[in-house]
Parts: sequence; C-alpha cells; structure tokens
Amino acid sequence: MSGFSTKVQEVFNEPACDKNLKKSDKERKKGCSKPLIPGAAAGGCAFDGAKIVLQPIVDAAHLIHGPLACEGNSWDNRHAASSGPLLYRTSFTTDMSELDIVMGNGEKKLWKAIHEVVATHRPPAVFVYSTCVTSLIGDDIEAVCKHATEKLGTPIVPVNAPGFAGSKNLGNKLAGETLYDHVIGTMEPEISTPTDINILGEYNLAGEFWQVKPLFDKLGVRVHCCITGDARYVEVASAHRSKVNMMVCSAALINLARKMEERWGIPYFEGSFYGVSDTSDALRNIAGLLVRQGAPHDLIARTERLIAEEEARVWRRLEPYRERLKGKRVLLYTGGVKSWSVVSALMEVGIEIVDTSLRKTTPEDKARIKELLGDDPHVLENMAPRDMYAFLKEGKADIMLSGGRTQFIALKARTPWLDINQERHDPFAGYDGMVELVKKLDATINNPVWAKVRIPAPWDEAGAPSARDFTIDPTHVARFRKAFAEREAQDFEEC
Amino acid sequence: MNAVAPITKSVSTNPLKTSAPLGAALAWLGVDGAVPLFHGSQGCTAFALVLLVRHFKEMIPLQTTAMNEVSTIVGGADHVEEALLNLKKRMNPRFIGICSTALTETRGEDFVGDLRLIRARREAELEGTEVAFASTPDFSGAMEEGWAKAVAATIEALVPAGQSGTVKGQVNVLAGLHLSPADAEALRDMIESFGLKPIILPDLSCALDGAVADEWRATARGGVTVEEIAAMGRSKATLVIGEHMRAPGQTLEQRTGVPSLWFDHLTGIEACDRLCVELAHLGHCSVPPRLRRERARLVDVMLDGHFFFAGRKMAVAAEPDLLLATTRLMNDLGAEISAAITTTPGSKALTQVPAREVLVGDLGDLEARAKGADLIATHSHGRQAAERLHVPHLRIGFPIFDRLGAAYRRSALYDGSRQAIFEIANLFQAAHREVTPDSLNPFLLRQKEMRA
Repeated sequence: MSGFSTKVQEVFNEPACDKNLKKSDKERKKGCSKPLIPGAAAGGCAFDGAKIVLQPIVDAAHLIHGPLACEGNSWDNRHAASSGPLLYRTSFTTDMSELDIVMGNGEKKLWKAIHEVVATHRPPAVFVYSTCVTSLIGDDIEAVCKHATEKLGTPIVPVNAPGFAGSKNLGNKLAGETLYDHVIGTMEPEISTPTDINILGEYNLAGEFWQVKPLFDKLGVRVHCCITGDARYVEVASAHRSKVNMMVCSAALINLARKMEERWGIPYFEGSFYGVSDTSDALRNIAGLLVRQGAPHDLIARTERLIAEEEARVWRRLEPYRERLKGKRVLLYTGGVKSWSVVSALMEVGIEIVDTSLRKTTPEDKARIKELLGDDPHVLENMAPRDMYAFLKEGKADIMLSGGRTQFIALKARTPWLDINQERHDPFAGYDGMVELVKKLDATINNPVWAKVRIPAPWDEAGAPSARDFTIDPTHVARFRKAFAEREAQDFEEC
Repeated sequence: MNAVAPITKSVSTNPLKTSAPLGAALAWLGVDGAVPLFHGSQGCTAFALVLLVRHFKEMIPLQTTAMNEVSTIVGGADHVEEALLNLKKRMNPRFIGICSTALTETRGEDFVGDLRLIRARREAELEGTEVAFASTPDFSGAMEEGWAKAVAATIEALVPAGQSGTVKGQVNVLAGLHLSPADAEALRDMIESFGLKPIILPDLSCALDGAVADEWRATARGGVTVEEIAAMGRSKATLVIGEHMRAPGQTLEQRTGVPSLWFDHLTGIEACDRLCVELAHLGHCSVPPRLRRERARLVDVMLDGHFFFAGRKMAVAAEPDLLLATTRLMNDLGAEISAAITTTPGSKALTQVPAREVLVGDLGDLEARAKGADLIATHSHGRQAAERLHVPHLRIGFPIFDRLGAAYRRSALYDGSRQAIFEIANLFQAAHREVTPDSLNPFLLRQKEMRA
C-alpha cells in the first residue's frame, strides 16, 4: 500500500500540469481531486477511469479482481471499436464471494482465475485490476501478477487503481502509470519508420479514429498505435519507438506523455480531432514535429495541400446546413476536452452557444473557451438538474448537447438533445465527422416531433375536454369534406 | 426436481449476475418520494446509476455516501450522517433507503446502531423523512436478494406491528423483481376489477413508466406512498409474488398477522387461474367477464403458438424466480429447456425449473451450453453470445439496454403471458431461414453433428 500511496502522490505532483505547478507545496500534497461530498456526489471512481483507458486494448484479457458489482454493472458499456480481436469485450472477474473474503482466498483465487483465462483464451497479455474490497483486504495483486508472468510466460499486468482512491481522472492517470511501468518499452516494434506516431487518449469510441486515420495514411504518416483505441498489446508495448505523441484527451494521460518524452525523447503536443480547424491544426502540428524529428521536409507542404483540399470540401458540404442552423441556441453541458473542441466546431456553422459548462476542464480548456466565446454567454461551473430543467423548459435553448447522465432532463423538458459524450454511438471526428455532427444536429433540432410532443392535451386538469385549445388537423377536415361531397344522396337515406 | 450445480471455477466470464445493492435501489424507486443511498465508494453508485438509466431510459435518483480510503479505515458513520443531511437539504425526500455495499460490509460496521444514533441526534433536521437500512453486500446474493431485503427493511421501518381493524377490500401485494412496471400496473387493474383495493410494495408501475410530467422532481415519483405502506397491517391478505419475496412476506405476516397467499410467479395459465380464484374469494364475487375472455384468448394463443415451441431447445439464464417463470411458460408449450443458468444457489424456485440441471454460473456457461439450442433467453449482455451462436435472443430480466420499452415488457397475467408467447414465436419467425439442398442433405448434417 505504501508503494501505491507514493504512486498517487507522484501522479498528483505532475510537473507537466500547469494547474499543479501553480499550487504551493502544501496544497500539492493534498492532491488534485476535490473531496467528494456524501449525498451530493456524482461520477465514476478510479477503477472506472483506469478501465476506460486500458480496456480498448482489444486483444488483451481484462480481469477484474473484486466482488461482482465493479465489473458486473459496468462491462461492455462503451463503444470502443475493434477492427479485429474481440476479447476485450469478454468480461472476466473473480466475483469474490463472502467466503473468499472471510477466508482470505483472494490471492489464490486470482492466481487460479489468471490461469484459467490464459489457458482458455491465450491472450497476449492480461490486465488485472484491483478494486476497493480486494485492496482493503490487502491482496497483493502486484506479487500475484509477477508470479503469474513468470509461471505462465504471458505478461500479466497489475492495474492498481481501486475505486476509493479517488475520481475517474485519477484512474486515467494511474492507468497511464501502469502502461509506463509495465508495458511500454517491453517489446521492440517489427517496423519503425521516421513518421511513426502514437495518439494518446484516443479510445476509438464509436470507431471515431477510423474517420481520421485515412488522413494520416494519405500523408504517409504511420500511426503506430492509439493508446489505446483499437490497439493490440504488442503495439502498445513497442510504442516507445514512435517519433511523436499526440495527446487528445486533455490532460488525462499527460503524465504518460511527459514520461515518454523524458525517457525516450518523444515530443508531444495536445490537440483534438473535433472540428475543422482543430483537425487541421493537429495535422499541421504532427507534420511539423515529425520533420523536426527527421522526417522528410516535404511532409509539411503535403500536409498543407491535404488540409486545403479537405477544408474546401468540408465547407462545401456544410454550406446547406448553415441556413438551417444559423442562430440556433445550444446549451453545451459536458466536461474536459469536449467543451472547447465542440464549441469551436459548432461556431463554425453559425450556432450560438448560450451556456457551456466548465466541469472537469483544465485552465487551458477554460482559456480556450474564453477566447472562443468572449465573456458574452454564461460559462457555468455546474448546473443543478432542477435549474437545467427550468432553463430548458423556458425555451432558453434550442438544443442541449451533453452526456447520457443529463439526457432525460432535456427530454422531459421536451427539448432536443444530442449525445456528445463518450457513450454515444455516432462518430464525429475529423472533417467528415464534423459534417456528421452537423447533419445529426440538424436532424435533431428540426425534427417535427418537438412540435408534436409540445401540443398540450386538449382537456383540463380534471379531464374536461376544452374545445378552445383543440387544434384540428386541417388536412383531416379537407379530406372529410371531400369524402362527404363525393357521397351519393342515397348514402344518406338511413339518416 | 432437478439438481442445482454450484460454481467450480475461479473466473466468472461475462457475468449474468447483477449485485444486490442495485436490486435494493430499484425496489426503493417504487416508493413515492424516495431516494436510494449506497453506502460505498462513489463508483458503486455511478455504475449502478448508469445501468439503471440504460435500462429504463429514465432519470434515476441514486446517491452515494462517497466513501474513500480514509473513511473506509476509520468507519463511515460520519459519511452516512453527512449524506442524510445533504439529501434532506437538497431534495427533501419522504424516504431514504440506505443499502450497504461490498466495501462497507468488508470493513464491517454497526450500521443499524450508527443509524439509530444519527437519527436520534438529528431528529429535528430529519423530521418528515423516513429512513430504512438494508444490508446488501455485493459479494452475497444477487439482484432478487437485494430487492427482497429492501422490501423487508421497508416493512420493518414503516409498518407498525400489531395494528387492529381491517380496511374493507384492502389487500397487500409484495411484488417480486420479475414483475415489470407494466405487469404491476396490470395486476393492480386486475385486483381492482374484483372490487379490491391493492397496496403494492414496491410499486414501479407509475414510478418508472416514464410518463412525461410538467414539473421537475428530484426524488422518485409515483410509487407506493409511505402512508400506504404504513397501512399494510390493516389489509385482508397479502399476495406474495416470488420465492425471493418469501422472507419479506414472512416479516409482514409476523408483524401484522395479515395472512399471506404465496405465488412463485404469475406467468402462464395455471398461475393466473389460481390468482383469479384467490381474488374471487377475497372479493366475494365471481371472476369478471373481461378476465374470462382474457383466459379464452390465452388458450387460443397457446394453441396458435405451440407450433413454434414444440421440440425447440431453449437456453435460459436469469435470476431464480424469473428463470422459473420463463422456463415454465416455454415448457408449457412444448419447448425443451436445454440449459438453465442462474445467479445464486439456494432458492427453492430452482428445484421447480423444468430442466435436468440448473447451473449457478455466468453467460460464458450459457454460451457453452447453448450450442445446439434454438434460442437463448437472458438479459442484453447475452447479445455477444447470441451473435456468435447465430440464434435468436429473447431479452428478459435486467439489464435490457439495447431494446426500447423494458418497463413495458409483459410476462405476467393472462394478457402478459400472451404477449410473451407472441414475442418468442415471432423471434423464431423472424429468424426463419429458407431450406437449401445442403441444409437438408442427411450426409452433410451428419458431418456437422460430428464436428459439433
């Protein structure tokens, strides 16, 4: 446990984190996660965060050492896509029972479980995650993993990020530490070129990275691996030979990027594939850094040509939507990287951001939002569900973009809503993804369903029909009249 | 009678089980004005919340005591107290249901004693909010157990012992987890059609039906009220639906003396017939014409539907009572239960399952045993197995996150049984493949069998 505490301290002490550098020594020791308030907390735990980062390694087995809830309530719940192996979508857990805990069988059961997984599935590696309970009873997963690695000849990687250690963000970083300590640099790549890059914090959710990768292919830039979207274990293990690291998920893996630079001299930069100008900037940055690292100089000119072509094409494709979306007011409620990258993307088609949230954002994120929006719209720290409901109910926004957690607040307020968080099913990355996002936005905002669901019931609270408010479908009246007029006199005989 | 086979392996592959706290939370969502509170780390709550939202497509009020490393070591009573006060201040719930988790149970605390002290100390602040506690460690039992423990805890907290006097026509229903919100609503209508007034605990029928209201409310809405629960001691009888509801049923009976009528489930013609007879006795009336008609319809649907069931092999994985209800219905129409997997041993319901053996296991076991089956029935996580096995997948239980309408699915009473039969028969019809020369070639078929 003491080794683990040191690790958490080390993560909190990240020298590449600007926010951290501004703190005093004493503040820094307290760590960067805010204390959670009982009865008023939301969000995932460190285990959740660690699994988010590591599970997209698609050919590895992911084994959760704990009682059922940790894995049972969370498996196969993200849409990190794979182009091949599907083992990552199979859930493995030791499902610790009361007896296992009381009898102290944890380590023994874990070893047997690892053995069963390796014997049945022959994965290139097994990631073993600790959880609150197994950490509390003192199971030494590092020792078990070390033993198993030696005995089985397969890398068995301990992921020490129990839920109660802190937030999801801390878990992201601890997963980065795991990769640095146990995985990256343990194998040599089969091929290595002067234009090899890694993308850190890209999880290929909804297959999003496949909207971007062809751009690199066209430039002759070889994406050695994403850490960890659609990654194979060997690719991650040999990622230390790449020439440039791009970091896409804000500061989630900044510790890993910084350490890879220190140890293997891989420069990194932070960028995004959301929005037209962000995508172009990312390509530009990569080309520039690669040339500095020894790639052929013409890469820069070729990149500019590709950017010019792609931008011209994307603007052409967005043109028809500009008219339909101009002046539409968006409430953007999301955290971290998504805020500024989506803001810039949406403003490109004339959408107005009426409110945006700054939860989970870094100072750089905040600065960028300020830069984009000026001081005009409200920038929220947090919004209580009740207030959000009232805001939407009063029609102060035409659509809310957020994650699943707040989805039903918008829907119950009969307001259009679009998922832009990581659980979504639609890919929105790169130039083509931007067109998809705008298309989807248009289809959502301009859906006739909103008018229909807002029609008040044609009766009062006691259920008495009120003719006053009742709007008759004009086509129905016309059809009825026509049918009436066409009838023969004899049809009325019996009346 | 069949044999129940326990777990022998160390790794659970693709869990079938959903753990107890989630079941407890779900039960409490059926109490009007409630907020369930997990006593554990915030991740426990976040995962459960997301899963509930994915299933019901509704907002779910669920809170956490947000335990961390330090509070776990020194004890979490302070966190429980703070959480209660914060919830009261922020949401003013009528009822708070606290359930423990694996984390706090592993550490081991005197939850009941702590809670008593907190409530005494904070009497004024917590005025108007009832609190119940259920011990639901994730490492013991599964969702049905959690649900039942929450119901028992609610009865103990809210139903006074030894009430006298019976309210005319009032009956209690202790509804099991295997009744969907729509099933519960249909049951209410049915009981009312006998001139009786039901109090259903828990009552998800108007709580998780998603009806769009015109005002915001942070707590659970639409379930049974605290006042109704308190009046359960003055009912004529209690209908206890599900073997897993036996313990809360006994608690209620011992506390109040209200006699219980026990049902394993309400699926299939015999169970519904028995329910009708019991209700007719309780209401001193005959079975209403509408129900007689529903029965005749079910008979017709069984006749139309049996063609699709006869001789078909079904592989079913579910919590014990749901497993029993589902396999019974399939078996009634002539299907063979080729694999039956469940979450926990010990339930008497398992011995009634019409299969040679019931295995306590996971979806990995289901997949292995479903080779050669014509259909698998389990929750949405069975989708990977169904795809690999190329068989239709009937979604039952929790969670169902890849189909709309989980709250409205029916499997109980005459009309619900009818719908369940339709659904299965239609899955077979949708999966129908035209015959080809190869598909009927006896030699090719033999080769295929050899390989399998």
